[in-house]
Amino acid sequence: MEFLQQVINGISIGAVYALIAVGYSLVYSILKFSNFAHGGIMMLGSYFGFLALTLLHIPFYIALPIAIVGAGLLAILNERIAYRPIRMRNSPLLYLMISALGVSIFLENFTIVTIGPNFRTYPDVLPTAPFMIGGLSIGRLDLIIVVITALSLALLTWIVYGTQIGNAIRATSYSMRVASLMGINPDFIVGFVFFLAGASAGIGGVMFGIKYTVWPQMGALTIKAFIAAVVGGLGSLPGAVLGALVLGITETFAAAFVSSAFRDLFSYALMIIIILVRPGGLLGKITEEKA
Amino acid sequence: MNEYYAGIIILACINLTAVLGLSLLTGFTGQFNFGQAGFLAIGAYTTTILTTQYHTPFIPALLAGMLLSGLTSFVIGYPTLRLKGDYFAIATLGFAEVVRLLIENLEKLTGGSRGIPSIPHYTTLPFAICAAALSLVVVAFYISSRHGRSCIAIREDELAAESIGIDTFWYKQVSFFMCAVLGGLAGGMLAHYVGFIQPSMFGMIKSTELIVMVIFGGMQSLTGAVFASLLLTSLPEILRAAMAWRLVVYGAVVVLIMAVRPEGLFGTWELTPKNIQSLWRKIFSRPKSKLSEGGA
Repeated sequence: MEFLQQVINGISIGAVYALIAVGYSLVYSILKFSNFAHGGIMMLGSYFGFLALTLLHIPFYIALPIAIVGAGLLAILNERIAYRPIRMRNSPLLYLMISALGVSIFLENFTIVTIGPNFRTYPDVLPTAPFMIGGLSIGRLDLIIVVITALSLALLTWIVYGTQIGNAIRATSYSMRVASLMGINPDFIVGFVFFLAGASAGIGGVMFGIKYTVWPQMGALTIKAFIAAVVGGLGSLPGAVLGALVLGITETFAAAFVSSAFRDLFSYALMIIIILVRPGGLLGKITEEKA
Repeated sequence: MNEYYAGIIILACINLTAVLGLSLLTGFTGQFNFGQAGFLAIGAYTTTILTTQYHTPFIPALLAGMLLSGLTSFVIGYPTLRLKGDYFAIATLGFAEVVRLLIENLEKLTGGSRGIPSIPHYTTLPFAICAAALSLVVVAFYISSRHGRSCIAIREDELAAESIGIDTFWYKQVSFFMCAVLGGLAGGMLAHYVGFIQPSMFGMIKSTELIVMVIFGGMQSLTGAVFASLLLTSLPEILRAAMAWRLVVYGAVVVLIMAVRPEGLFGTWELTPKNIQSLWRKIFSRPKSKLSEGGA
C-alpha cells in the first residue's frame, strides 16, 4: 500500500515536470539547443497567475488563462530579443545557450528586485483535502493537477501531430532549411513553438505554485525538466512525458525510502545511468550529427 | 585603505584563476560549463579540511584540492563528453547542485550549511598574483600549442576536427580537467583569503559570475578574460549601492553581447608585443602614412 501511495505521489509531481519538460523538448527539437530561460518563463507564468489572483482578485478560471497567455507571449518576446539576432547570423548553438543563460539570470534577478525575494503562497483556489480510495489517500489537488496536465498534453499532442501547423513544426524540426524551401515560414514556426512552450510552462508554473509556493528562484526547478527530457530522449515529446513520470516516481521513492536530503542525488544518478546505458533516452533514437 | 585595494586585487586574482579554466573550456574548446562553482567548492573544502583538521601545509593542501577537483571532472566528463548535444551543459548544471547537496549533508566533515569558520589567512597578495600569473602562463602556452589548436578546431567544427584525426573526446576532457583544476585552485585560495566557507558561497550565482566574466571579456581572448576578471571583480565593490541590480545588468549584458557582439569585448585580440606594436602604429601614425601604406 505504501508502495502504491508513493507511485501516486510520484505521478503528481511527475505531471508538473512533464508540463515543463515538453516545452523544453519542443524548443530543443526545433532549434537544437537547451533553452535555459525556460525556467524563468515558468517562474513568471506562476507569478502572473499569483498576481492576477491576489492583486486583481479575479477567479481562478480566468487567472489560469492569463498566466498561460502571459507566459506564452513572454516566450515569444524572449525569442525575438535574445535568440533571433543570433539565429539570423547562423552563429554557433553555443551562443544561443549563453544568451538563454543571460535571459534566465535577467528574469530571475529582475523579479527579485521588483517583486521581492520572498516565497509567496497561492490563495486557496483549488480544494486540497484528500479523499480515500481503498486505503489510498489521493489529494484532490494532485488529481486536478494530473487531469489538467493530461488535458494540456492531449491538446499539445493534437496540435503537434494532428494539425497543419503541427505538420509544419515537425517538418521544421527535421530540417529548417528544407521546410523553408517548401514554403513554411521558419520564423513563424519558431515563434509558435515558443508560444506553445511558454504556455505549457505557464500551466506548469501555476500548478507548481499552487502545490508548493512561488519564489524567484523556482526556475532552477527546470533542471528537473532537463533531466526528464534527457531520460526520455532529448527532443522527443512522448519521451519528455515518460521521463518526467519516471523522474517524479524515482524522486518520491528516494525521499520516502532513503532520505529526502539526497532526493536530488537520485535524479542526477538516474540521468547519468541513462546517458551511460542508453544515451538516446528511453524513447529517443541515437541520431548522429550530419555534416 | 591599502589593505582594501589589496583585497580587491586578491579577489580578482582568485576569480581570474577560475575564469582562465572556464575560458579554456568554454571559450577555446566550446563546451559550456555551468558548474564551475562546484569545482571551487571541492577545492575550497578539500584544502580547508586538510589545513584546519590535519594541519597540512598550505601548498600541499592546495595541490590535493586541485587534484580531487580535477579527478571529479572525469566522473562528469566520461559519460557526457562523448555525446553530441547538450548533455554536458546539463550535467555540469546538476553537478554544482550535487556538490552543494553533499557538502550540506556531510555535516561531520564539512560543518553542514553553517560551514567552516576561522580558516587561517594563507592567501597573501603576492601568493594570489603568482598563482594567477602561473595559471595564465600555463593556459596561454597550452592554447598556443598543437593541443590548443586541436581544442579550437573542436570548437569550430567537431565533425571536421574528428575527421582529421583529432581525438575530440580526449581534448575536451583535458580542457575540462584543466578547468576543474584551476577551479579547485581558486576555491582553495578563496577559502584561505575570506577565512570562512559556506555551501551558499558556491551556488549558481558564483558560477554565473564566472561565466559572465568569460563572455564579457571575449570568449576567444585570454586578455579579455584578465581584463573582465579585474573589472567585474572591482566594479561591484566600487558600486556597492547598485548591488541588487548587478545581476539584472549582468543578465542583460550577456544577452546584449550575444546579440550584438558575440565575440565579446576583445574578440580574438590578444595582448602580445606584436599586437601592441600594430595598435601603437594605428593610433599614433599620421593619416599621410596610412595613404602611403595603401599605395604600397
